[in-house]
Amino acid sequence: MRFERYGVGVAKGMVVTFKHLFRHPITVQYPEERLVVSRRIRGNELVWFPDRCTGCATCAKSCPQGNIEIVTHIGDEDKYVVDKFEVDTGRCMFCGLCVESCPYEALAMGISYERAQYRRRQLVLSKEELQLSDIRRPSGYARPKIEPTLPRQSLLVDWDREEGGQKLSRLPLSKKRGRGV
Amino acid sequence: MTLLEQFQLWLATIWPEWAAYITPAIVGIVVVLAFVLLTVIVFIWYERRLLGRFQIRLGPNRLGPEGIFQPIATALKVLLKEDIVPAKGDKLVHWLAPVVVFVPILLIFAVVPFDKGAIFSDLNVGIVYVVAISSVSAVGIYMAGWASNNKYALIAALRTIAQMVSYELPVVLSIIGVVLMVGSLSMSQIVESQNIPFIILQPLGFVIFFLGTVAEMNRCPFDLLEADSEIVAGYHIEYSGMKFAMFYLGEYGHALAYSCIIATLFLGGWQGPLLPPIIWFLIKIVAVFSVIVWMRSTLPRLRVDQLMAFAWKCLLPMAVINLFIVAAEALWLPEALPWIMVVVNFAFASILTLLWSRLFALGGGRVEV
Repeated sequence: MRFERYGVGVAKGMVVTFKHLFRHPITVQYPEERLVVSRRIRGNELVWFPDRCTGCATCAKSCPQGNIEIVTHIGDEDKYVVDKFEVDTGRCMFCGLCVESCPYEALAMGISYERAQYRRRQLVLSKEELQLSDIRRPSGYARPKIEPTLPRQSLLVDWDREEGGQKLSRLPLSKKRGRGV
Repeated sequence: MTLLEQFQLWLATIWPEWAAYITPAIVGIVVVLAFVLLTVIVFIWYERRLLGRFQIRLGPNRLGPEGIFQPIATALKVLLKEDIVPAKGDKLVHWLAPVVVFVPILLIFAVVPFDKGAIFSDLNVGIVYVVAISSVSAVGIYMAGWASNNKYALIAALRTIAQMVSYELPVVLSIIGVVLMVGSLSMSQIVESQNIPFIILQPLGFVIFFLGTVAEMNRCPFDLLEADSEIVAGYHIEYSGMKFAMFYLGEYGHALAYSCIIATLFLGGWQGPLLPPIIWFLIKIVAVFSVIVWMRSTLPRLRVDQLMAFAWKCLLPMAVINLFIVAAEALWLPEALPWIMVVVNFAFASILTLLWSRLFALGGGRVEV
């Protein structure tokens, strides 16, 4: 005798949803709470290291969109000096080919993800803007040396509001629920 | 005598007769309307939050404390939207349909007893009035489907007619069970005679009535007429702006109205210990509505043929049997022994549920899933 045929299946389903009432909500309330992104994220914008760059323009050649514009002149000791390194991130599709192709690891993908601008002109980034700074950090994409230095990604299933990285736990009834902010 | 009638008598001593006749009616209408609209707004918020919690989400919590002002923001947004009428639609019917859906729902509240004497009009045929009025909104939905000149809207409208007509029968039959025990059709009489709530005396009748009304208010799992995944939004696919808001309000108003009716018929209405009666009534309607939301969050939508089979093969025969049992008990059982009735009815309810759930096994139980 299969009891699922006698309405027990419905009751089981109802019990499952009832248990959900007493669990932590899985929602991440974005601007206030945020998860740590993957260490190998191809995030917004590039990070350019001027001391490693030789001005070979491999990145500009590998870019499918032709977003990277490099102007150089020959300086002392027959080395290229980069005059202009401009990236139009408005047309960038974050394929990462420029980072992969760079022979001297002078380019890296950024780890940030909030780079919306009000003007198209602001999306074209100059040599100074592309350099390493507090708000512009490299991600571990195609850069295995950088990857271990970054914080581990926090997954939604192991995510906990208080600690930032434990199990999705049952909620004591006394705790105030819902705000979470 | 209801509170409004007492108010009228008192007014007649100081005001001319015509004013004393009209004023209580206007006061009553304003109070009932305010109650309905406010509660509907709270219910919209409550359903979204509760549904969120059932699905381990949060639900809207941004606007105001715990997101309580979210329905108001939604209402403002909807009010400011463009009102689109299909070019080849029937314009008059298109305009009229939301009104025809919404107004009958408001009319139901005329006979809902909120407290002893706190009823807009204590009709002696109260429950028949509810059954008659609540069926009118099916016409409105059909009008909406017809006037939209849209195939999905029409499919939804046809489904509605089939569904409403089918589920009306078991609902009315289970109401008769209540009426047999009370001996009156008046809503306030029904409440006053429930020293033991009828959910205990007639569990089967309650289940039939509950499922039938959930189907009539077109909620999950019986929401075939607005099945998003098959017919987009059903009958209100061509509606926007204020007209859509009317349908939306109507949907929740329907849920509120039927929560009130279920609370009145089977849960003892405003009766309860300690707390004031109006609080008990509100607790009961919120409890009924919570169960409806719980069902919505859990159960998948039925297929059209399953829906019809459920009404005609399951609910209707069970309602008839329930009616016979209750009639026999009302006739032969001594009134002093209600607990015999409770035991007998619970036994019958479980046996009948077991028997009929057999019918709904896939392929009549012959096919393994």
